[in-house]
Amino acid sequence: MRDRIAGNASTALPGAMPFANLRGALIAMVLLLAILLPFAVKNFFVFQLTLAMVYAIAILGLNLLTGFNGQFSLGHSAFFAIGAYTAAIMMEHFAIAYYWTLPVAGVVCLIFGFLFGLPASRLEGIYLALATFSLAIATPQILKSTPLEGWTGGVQGIVIIKPDAPFALPLSSDQWLYYFTLAALVVLFACAANLLNSRTGRAIIAIRDNPIAARSMGIDIAFYKALTFGVSALYTGVAGALGAIVIQFVAPDSFTFVLAIGLFVGLVVGGVGSIAGTLFGGLFVLFVPNIAEQISKGLAGAVYGVILILVIYLMPSGAAGLLRLITKKLARALARQN
Amino acid sequence: MELFLHQVLAGLATGGIYACMALAIVMIYQAIDHLNFAQGEMAMFSTFIAWQLLQWGMPYWVAFFLTIAISFIAGVMIERIVFKPLKNAPVLSHLVVFIALFAILNSLAGFIWDFGIKSFPTPFGTRALFGQGLMSTHDAGMIAITLIMLVLLFIFFRYTRVGLAMRATAANPDSARLVGIRVGWMIALGWGMAAAIGAIAGMLIAPVVFLEPNMMLSILLYGFAAAVVGGLNSPFGAVVGGFGVGVIENLAGTFIPYLGRELKLTIALALIIAVLTVRPSGLFGRIAITRV
Amino acid sequence: MKRHLIQLFPTIALGLALGMLPATAQKKYDSGATDSEIKIGHINPYSGPASAYGLIGKTIAAYFNKVNAEGGINGRKINFISYDDGYSPPKAVEQARKLVESDEVLLIFQSLGTPSNTAIQKYMNAKKVPQLFVATGATKWGDPQNFPWTMGWQPSYQGEGRIYAKYILDTHPNAKIGILYQNDDYGKDYVKGLKDGLGQKAASMIVSEQPYETSDPTVDSQIVNLKASGADVFFNVTTPKFAAQAIKKAAEIDWKPVHLLNNVSQSVGSVLKPAGLDNAKGILSSYYLKDATDPAWKDDAGYKDWLAFMGKYFSDGDKTSSFTVYGYAVAQTLVQILQQCGDNLTRENVMKQAANLRNLKLGMLLPGITINTSPTDFYPIEQMQMQRFTGERWESLGPIISGEITAK
Repeated sequence: MRDRIAGNASTALPGAMPFANLRGALIAMVLLLAILLPFAVKNFFVFQLTLAMVYAIAILGLNLLTGFNGQFSLGHSAFFAIGAYTAAIMMEHFAIAYYWTLPVAGVVCLIFGFLFGLPASRLEGIYLALATFSLAIATPQILKSTPLEGWTGGVQGIVIIKPDAPFALPLSSDQWLYYFTLAALVVLFACAANLLNSRTGRAIIAIRDNPIAARSMGIDIAFYKALTFGVSALYTGVAGALGAIVIQFVAPDSFTFVLAIGLFVGLVVGGVGSIAGTLFGGLFVLFVPNIAEQISKGLAGAVYGVILILVIYLMPSGAAGLLRLITKKLARALARQN
Repeated sequence: MELFLHQVLAGLATGGIYACMALAIVMIYQAIDHLNFAQGEMAMFSTFIAWQLLQWGMPYWVAFFLTIAISFIAGVMIERIVFKPLKNAPVLSHLVVFIALFAILNSLAGFIWDFGIKSFPTPFGTRALFGQGLMSTHDAGMIAITLIMLVLLFIFFRYTRVGLAMRATAANPDSARLVGIRVGWMIALGWGMAAAIGAIAGMLIAPVVFLEPNMMLSILLYGFAAAVVGGLNSPFGAVVGGFGVGVIENLAGTFIPYLGRELKLTIALALIIAVLTVRPSGLFGRIAITRV
Repeated sequence: MKRHLIQLFPTIALGLALGMLPATAQKKYDSGATDSEIKIGHINPYSGPASAYGLIGKTIAAYFNKVNAEGGINGRKINFISYDDGYSPPKAVEQARKLVESDEVLLIFQSLGTPSNTAIQKYMNAKKVPQLFVATGATKWGDPQNFPWTMGWQPSYQGEGRIYAKYILDTHPNAKIGILYQNDDYGKDYVKGLKDGLGQKAASMIVSEQPYETSDPTVDSQIVNLKASGADVFFNVTTPKFAAQAIKKAAEIDWKPVHLLNNVSQSVGSVLKPAGLDNAKGILSSYYLKDATDPAWKDDAGYKDWLAFMGKYFSDGDKTSSFTVYGYAVAQTLVQILQQCGDNLTRENVMKQAANLRNLKLGMLLPGITINTSPTDFYPIEQMQMQRFTGERWESLGPIISGEITAK
C-alpha cells in the first residue's frame, strides 16, 4: 500500500535524512534568500512568488492527507474556496482586518474537512478519489447558488481591497504581502513537521503504511482519518484565504476542478510525502503553464502535458524523491571512501 | 405524471451516453486497475479523426470502422510508448500522466480542428420514436449499440482465453506471469480495446452534443460516476449506472424545487457518494478481499 | 563690471533654456508607446471551457498584422501581446499584471469575460491603465464616474433583453414565456433585462425559468421542461454549443414557440447550420454587425473589405463565424482611437479619445448603426436591429432600436 502511493518515499519519519545538519544549514540559506529576494526583483515577480507560496501551502495540506495518510483527494479546491470566501466575506461584509481571516478560515475548514472526512473514511482508493473530485466539481455550483448569493455575491464574486504595509514600513503592498505569506508559510511548515514527528503524526503515517496493523495497535482509524482530513483542509483553507487577499477577488470561476487537478499535479511533482517538496510543487504549478504558453501559444496545453510527462519520467517520485536519491548516492559514495 | 415519464425517457436517452462512456472506463479499469482521466479526450480525438475522414469523402460505415481500428492501434501505442516506461512508478505518478495526456489531446484537437462546434452525422436518423420525439431513433440506436457492446464484453471476459488472461493480469500480474501470460501485451491490448470502445462512444455521442474539443469532459465525469456506482469491475453495473445517473439527474432537475435546477450535478454526485457509503464497491461490484 | 555680468545671468540662463526646447510639436508617451511602436495588451481564453472565443483574439491579431503591413498607426507598428487566462480570474489578474508591469503595455484591450474583467478592474483603474472595449456585454462597464479607465464596446445584454421584452409586449401581450439561460453573469444579465422590460407583467408572463451550467452535457432535459410548462414564447439565452442543442431538441420534440435567440449565438455558420437550418426557421434575434454569410452584402464595400482582409491575413479563419466579424470591428475601433491620439500617446489621451467618438461608422456595422461616446457615455454601441431567420439568412425586422439599450 505504501509503495503504491509514495513510491520510494522514506519510510523513516520526515526529519531523518542523511546529513541532518547540512539540512538545517540548507533551510537557513533558503530562508535568507527568500527574505532578501523582494528587494532584488520587480514587484510583479514578487507577486508571482507570493502566489507560488500560497499554492505550496495548499499543496502541503494535500500532502498531509495523501502523502502522509494515504487518502486520495482530488477535491482540495473546495477547501481552498471555502478559505478564500471566508476571508472575502469577513473583509467585505464585516470589515475585519485581513490577518484575522487566516485563523478563522483555518478553523472553518478544519470543521468542514473533519465533517467530510468522517464518511469519507469508509471509502478507499479510487472511490475516495471520485468522491473528492465530486466535491471539487460541486463547489462552483454551490457557490453560485441562489440561497448563498447574499453572502457570496453569486457569479459576480467579491472584490477585496489589498492591504498596505503596516506601521508605514517602506514596503510596497506586494512586498508586504510576500513577507506576510512567507511568515505564514514558515509557521505552517514548522507545525506540519512537528505534527508528523509527534504521536499523532506517527499514527497518521501508520494508517498509510499498514492500516490493519495500526488498528490492531489500538489506533482509532476513522477518527484519525477524519482528523487528518480536517487538518489538511485547514492548511488548504489558510492558503485559500491568503490567495484571496493576494488576488483581491473571489468568484466561483476561480475555484473549478482545474485548481484541484493543479494542486494534485503539484503534489506529485514536488514529491508525495515530502514537506520540502511542496515548495517545488507550488513553483511548478505557477510557472510551468506560463513557460508552456511562451513556448507555443496555440499548443500551450500540449506543451504543458509533454513537460509534465518528462518530469515524471525523470523524477517518478517527484523532486523530493530525486533529491533523496542523489543524497543517498552521495552518502554511499562518501561512505565508500572512508 | 406525464412530465415524469417524459423526463425518464429523456433521462434514458442521455443515460445511454453515460452508459457508453462508462463501459469504456470499466474496460480500461479491468485491464490496468486505474481510472484513465484521458479516456474522454481519447474518445473525442477519435471522433475528430472520424469527422475528418468523413470530410474527405469517405462513406460513414467505412469511416466508422476505420476509426475504430486507428483508435485501437493508437491505444496500444500510447501504452507502449508512454506508460510502459512508468511501470514501476507510484500510482499517483500514473494519474499525473493521465492528466498530461488529457492536456495534450485537448490542446492538439483544438489546434488542428479549432474550438467551434461541428455537426456529426448519425447512421440511425433522427426520426422521433415514441412519445413526441422524446427519444429519437438515434437515441435508441445508441442504447442498442451500448447493449450489444456490453454483451460482447461480457462474453469476451467470461468465455474467451484472452479475456480470462486479461482479467488474470489485472488481478495479479505476478501470478499471471508465472502461468505464462504475456502481461505486457495484455495491458497493451486492454488499452487498445478501451480506446476502441471510447471511439464508438464518441461517435455515438457527438451527434447529440455536437463535436468540439471540450465535449467529453462532463460526460467523462458522469461516466466515472456511473461506473463507480455500478461497480468498477462490472460492465453490467456500468451500463445500469449510466442509465441511472441520466434518469436521476433529469428527475432531480425537474422535481426538486428551487435548488434542484441549479444544483443538478451536485445532487447526482451526492447520491453517488451516498450509494458508495452504503455499498463501497458499487451496486454490482464484487468486494475485493486481499490477504493481510 | 561684475555686477553687470551677474545681472545678465538670469537672461543668459533663460536664453539657454529656451534654446534647448525642441522646435517640433510635443510628443508625449506613456510606457508602451515609442516613436516606432505601440504595445497593446490582450487577455483571452485560448484554453478551457470558453476556448471557442479564442477565435476573436486570433482575428484581432490578424487585423493588426494588416495594419502593420499597411504602415502602422501614424508610422508606428503595433506590438500585440496576447495572453491566455483560461477563463480563470486569478490567471487573468496575473496576466494583467504581467502586461502592465512586465511587458509595460500602453493599454489592455478586449479582455474577455465578466469574471476576468471584474478581477482586474480595480487594479487597472488604480494603475490608471486603460481597460478598453472589454469583451462582455455586462452593463456595469459603462461607469465613468467610478471606473474612468474601463469601457465596454458591444450593446449591453440587459439592453438587448429589454428589446425583446418590448417586442413581446407589442406582438404577444398574453404570451407565456419560458426562459433557458446559462447560470452565470451573462445569462442572468439577459434575464434581468427581459424582466425589467416586462415590468409589472414579468411575474405573470414568465412561466418557466430553466438554468443550465456549462458543465452540463446537454440541455435536453431543460427543453422538455420548458415545453411541459406550456410556454409559447421561448427566450433562449445560451452560448453557441447549447443554442444549437436547444434549437435541435425543440424541433425534435415538436415544440414550436416564438423563439427569441440572444445575439451571442446568432451566427448562421456556427450555430444555426449545425442545429439544422430548417429547425431554425422563424427564429428571432437582434444584431448590430453584418452577418458574413448573408448574400445581401455581396456587393457591399464594407463586406468586401472584410472578405479581402480574411483572405489575405487570416485565410484559415472561420468565415461563417460572427466572431471574426466582431474581432475585425472592435480592432478597427481601437485603431481609430489610436490614430486620433496622434503623437500624444499617453494613457490619459487614449481614454480621452475613446470617450470622444462621434458617429463613427465601421465597414461591418449595420447601416444606420454608429459608435458614439462622450465623457459621460461609456457605451460605444447602443443600437441594434431585430432580425428573423428565413431558413437561409437573417432578414431585418423593424427599425433600428436605440431607446431600450441606453443603460439605466
